[in-house]
Amino acid sequence: MQRIGVFVCHCGSNIAATVDVKRVVEEAKKEQGVVHAEDYPYMCSEAGQALIAAAIKEKNLGGIVVCSCSPRMHEATFRKAAERAGLNPYMVEIANIREHCSWIHKDMEEATEKAVILARAAIAKVHLNAHLHPGESAVTKRALVIGGGIAGIQTALDIAEAGYKVDIVEKTPSIGGRMSQLDKTFPTLDCSACILTPKMVEAAAHENITIYTYSEVEKVSGFVGDFSVDIRKKARSVDMNKCTGCGLCQEKCPSKKSLSEFNRGLGTRSAIYTPFAQAIPNVPVIDRESCIKFKTGKCGLCEKVCQAGAIDYAQTDEIITEKYGAIVVATGFDTINLDKYGEYAYHESPDVITSLELERVMNAAGPTKGHLERLSDGKAPKEIVFIQCVGSRCDDHRGKPYCSKICCMYTAKHAMLIRDKYPDVNVTVFYIDVRTPGKNFDEFYRRAVEEYGVNYIKGQVGKVVPQPDGSLLVQGSDLLDGKQMKMRADMVVLATAIEPDPSVRKIATMLTASIDTNNFLTEAHPKLRPVESPTAGVFLSGVCQGPKDIPETVSQAGAAAVKVIGLLAKDKLTTNPCTAESDSLLCNGCSVCQNVCPYGAISYEDKEINDHGIRETRRVAVVNGALCQGCGACTVACPSGAMDLKGFSNRQIIAEVDAICR
Amino acid sequence: MNKKAELIREISGVNPLKCMKCGKCSATCPSFDEMDIGPHQFVSYVLRGDIEALANSTSLWKCLSCFACVERCPRNVEPAKLIDAARQITVRTRGTEKDLSPDEIPALLDEETPQQLLVSAFRRYRR
Amino acid sequence: MSVEKEFRPKIVAFCCNWCSYAGADLAGSSRLAYPADVKIIRVPCSCRVNPMFILRAFEKGADGVILCGCHPGDCHYSTGNYYARRRMTLLFSLLDYLGVEEGRTRVEWVSAAEGVKFSTVMNDFVEKIRSLGENVRLGDLRCKN
Repeated sequence: MQRIGVFVCHCGSNIAATVDVKRVVEEAKKEQGVVHAEDYPYMCSEAGQALIAAAIKEKNLGGIVVCSCSPRMHEATFRKAAERAGLNPYMVEIANIREHCSWIHKDMEEATEKAVILARAAIAKVHLNAHLHPGESAVTKRALVIGGGIAGIQTALDIAEAGYKVDIVEKTPSIGGRMSQLDKTFPTLDCSACILTPKMVEAAAHENITIYTYSEVEKVSGFVGDFSVDIRKKARSVDMNKCTGCGLCQEKCPSKKSLSEFNRGLGTRSAIYTPFAQAIPNVPVIDRESCIKFKTGKCGLCEKVCQAGAIDYAQTDEIITEKYGAIVVATGFDTINLDKYGEYAYHESPDVITSLELERVMNAAGPTKGHLERLSDGKAPKEIVFIQCVGSRCDDHRGKPYCSKICCMYTAKHAMLIRDKYPDVNVTVFYIDVRTPGKNFDEFYRRAVEEYGVNYIKGQVGKVVPQPDGSLLVQGSDLLDGKQMKMRADMVVLATAIEPDPSVRKIATMLTASIDTNNFLTEAHPKLRPVESPTAGVFLSGVCQGPKDIPETVSQAGAAAVKVIGLLAKDKLTTNPCTAESDSLLCNGCSVCQNVCPYGAISYEDKEINDHGIRETRRVAVVNGALCQGCGACTVACPSGAMDLKGFSNRQIIAEVDAICR
Repeated sequence: MNKKAELIREISGVNPLKCMKCGKCSATCPSFDEMDIGPHQFVSYVLRGDIEALANSTSLWKCLSCFACVERCPRNVEPAKLIDAARQITVRTRGTEKDLSPDEIPALLDEETPQQLLVSAFRRYRR
Repeated sequence: MSVEKEFRPKIVAFCCNWCSYAGADLAGSSRLAYPADVKIIRVPCSCRVNPMFILRAFEKGADGVILCGCHPGDCHYSTGNYYARRRMTLLFSLLDYLGVEEGRTRVEWVSAAEGVKFSTVMNDFVEKIRSLGENVRLGDLRCKN
């Protein structure tokens, strides 16, 4: 029988307003083994922790129960407090009477009753707790960054600058990501390439950074500090070491009809290509789907013109395996598919484009060489309509329920740039709300209205109808005037919602990182641990975690890097001691547990067993504590009941069940 | 909220609080110009409980029940269902002597007519 | 004269630490109410839940048991919830055979971001158990008052 202390927190009024904490203390005192119980306004405060420490020493407590907020919040705090007072930290149990009780119930009687039961369950469990001691594991001093956009580049640079090796894996032929497709950036109107290219060059030249482009993560195993990752380097068909990047092959390639991914399908590229002029590495890839040599066997022109002899048609995918201590996900975003938005005539008219397509149109390296022109007939538009929230804030079957966050600002930017360069073009913006919080953001939007005369209309567009004369009829509402309006436009630009890059799902599954209903990766805590995934050793950078603009992405990338550096700076990590353990006396060596273990943590050895005086050698299961992550799959699978999980043992859970059903 | 407004919410199954006032409904509506109260305003009338005004509006009978606003509403508010409910309340509380008799109907039917249109037409033109 | 007491079911909810327990926390911090009849037990993974625990709960007088885990494919331990799903399918059909109605047991997938779903699921489950009334099967008569 343990000597148990119970500590009930008021959490100011968060708990005390709906739970009668004094009664919880009184009821707890009636439980077996409870020799001490008290309440305090803020148990997590220094004074509260001191209270716990004092009680542990004075009353010689063998276990404590803290009735407070979620263990996901303060379990670590109270474990450390107990440890400082000389108690094994795993002799602490938390009864969650805030998130699971006071915050969701209104009736004091009901909530107090539930709090008492939750406390009883925790007391029943702590009776059966055992002293546990965490082990140690080594840290591989190398980080992996998945995604080579601005988020990935910044994270990699920051980690590399701190002196650690870091690898970037990028699925397209060049790093740069979405930012490289942008023309200008808000709110300063810097040219995007001018501020991104130096960073790309710096990353490529950095001695601590290795870049794998045209590559994808294939398999991830291991755990924090010791991940093992398979990276598939897709066949480039060009030898990276020989190619000089002269570009002659692209010039001579006869297959030039493939749609350029970089130009969002608005222009074409050759079958052997680099996505854009500043691409890093400046080594082309052959798109085997459209290459004549690969399709028919005839051609081979690129091989003939290449003076470096870099073309290698026989190249195959290569898989490399590398060890990492930490992994950063920076997979970024794409715009949503507009198939369900027939009313905007996006698929019917080439003059209805998305904002990202407009970036390419406005860019000097884009399909129109930077001239603002209609894609249908090349004429200069006179009337341009921007439609906000296309697919954003849609709580229906068509779009995304969240605000894409960047659209209000980039639309103001587009409107401003167009009015600046082409003052005779009228620009109208249909908006639901203009959301411009951020440093110098609202000022930027107001400039678009006040200095550049952009016409903002509060309302939405119901339909866009292509007219026989080539123009577009836009029917929208002007809510402030209470009117429905019809106007003629030459171009319509859709502020299309953004969504996490589709590849993120597969990556999240490989990393066992949790993902929300919109495919954004979940952070360990929405406020206090925003760049960490709940999965230890996995960090988040950029839009894969939620919509954000470039400044925010860069700050988050830096934050993720700091977390990675903090991890890599350690020589040893303490491992979770709540691992599985097999009772050799009960084990019959059947191998069932080994088959369900996702970590390969269970092996078998011949062990001499003393079974009630009978000595014999048996084949029994042995758990490797460093590999076991403590899921408990084996404990249930074990037919003889030999396998149990420390910290969540069968007896402990049954004690909780009993206490709740009492 | 008064009784009638509650009834409208019940009949239509619409939660007017979901509306974010984007105006997509009024932007889509083909009979907007003939209405005195626009589809985007239905929600606020119901929230205010001013059902009298809705019942006396031209919108009540000018809505085609084409359901374009229902299809396009990004928040699943479905203004057409609100006005349809207001129409039902009006029709149900009015006398029946002006109505068609069931025997007269088959002769008037066109097989090509969608059923949805028929139902809404009965509600609107039973005057 | 005895006054008929309102039926307050005893409900045990097993929640995995990574998704559902966090989802329950989110329901709490978002103040999304569900009945106090639900008491949550934290387990590392849904696959830690031994069918024995559920039988034990019914034996000790529980009226309903619900198991919540990460969505299929999102398990923190890769495959744990698949094991849980299979085990529970088997157990629940056995329980049904024994006379513990199907509605008394449930498996739900609730992610860490789904506070609303957690609360909805719990409200719905409690409603179901209330409609089924007190569980009379499997109970250990020695546990009754």
